[in-house]
Amino acid sequence: MRSLDTSGIGAVSVFLGLVRDNNRGKRVLYLDYEAYEPLALRGLDLIVEEARERWPSVRLAIHHRIGRMEIGEASVAIAAASPHRADAFAASRYAIERIKQIVPIWKHEYFDGGDVWIEGATADPEDSKAREEALRIACA
Amino acid sequence: MRVTVRLFARLRDIAGSGELTREAPAGANVHAVWSSLVADFPELSAYEKSISCAVNADYSRFTAAVADGDEVAFLPPVSGG
Repeated sequence: MRSLDTSGIGAVSVFLGLVRDNNRGKRVLYLDYEAYEPLALRGLDLIVEEARERWPSVRLAIHHRIGRMEIGEASVAIAAASPHRADAFAASRYAIERIKQIVPIWKHEYFDGGDVWIEGATADPEDSKAREEALRIACA
Repeated sequence: MRVTVRLFARLRDIAGSGELTREAPAGANVHAVWSSLVADFPELSAYEKSISCAVNADYSRFTAAVADGDEVAFLPPVSGG
């Protein structure tokens, strides 16, 4: 915490996404993440910008790993710092929802008996309905 | 003209490569590039309605024109986090 500029900061919310040992009723062995890196970085920048618009006092940091990850390892880390806890919680929740919507990263799941590419959301940063849904979840 | 196509995740598996060079007629748009891929790899057609596209690492639309030397990326539904 000492390396963080905490002037005016009263809360830091940290979210870690972990590789879970099961998915859709199957035992997961490990995950291999792939990204379109230049666009993924732009997507993360956009999410930080969107969060700043909605929560101007929040400072947000996001890190997503790629490559092979074992069960229990953290694939994504989000830290949100703000004067008060409500905004820190909301901004970090918003960030993970938006990551799942618009950042070009893919999970290749290796499970007992096979492997599959996980396909979630069709990425479209200009889809205002998706953005509103992420805001709704963040502020629920 | 010549464009570089980038494919990811299952799309890459279907095409057998994450990076291909394609010839495209002058004035072609992103959709024309996609259609030429589908002609070679018919399994890709299942993704027609669910993919996103990017030109030179910026999100784009199927109707956008492409230029010689562009990098055109096709992205299946994302699953980060």
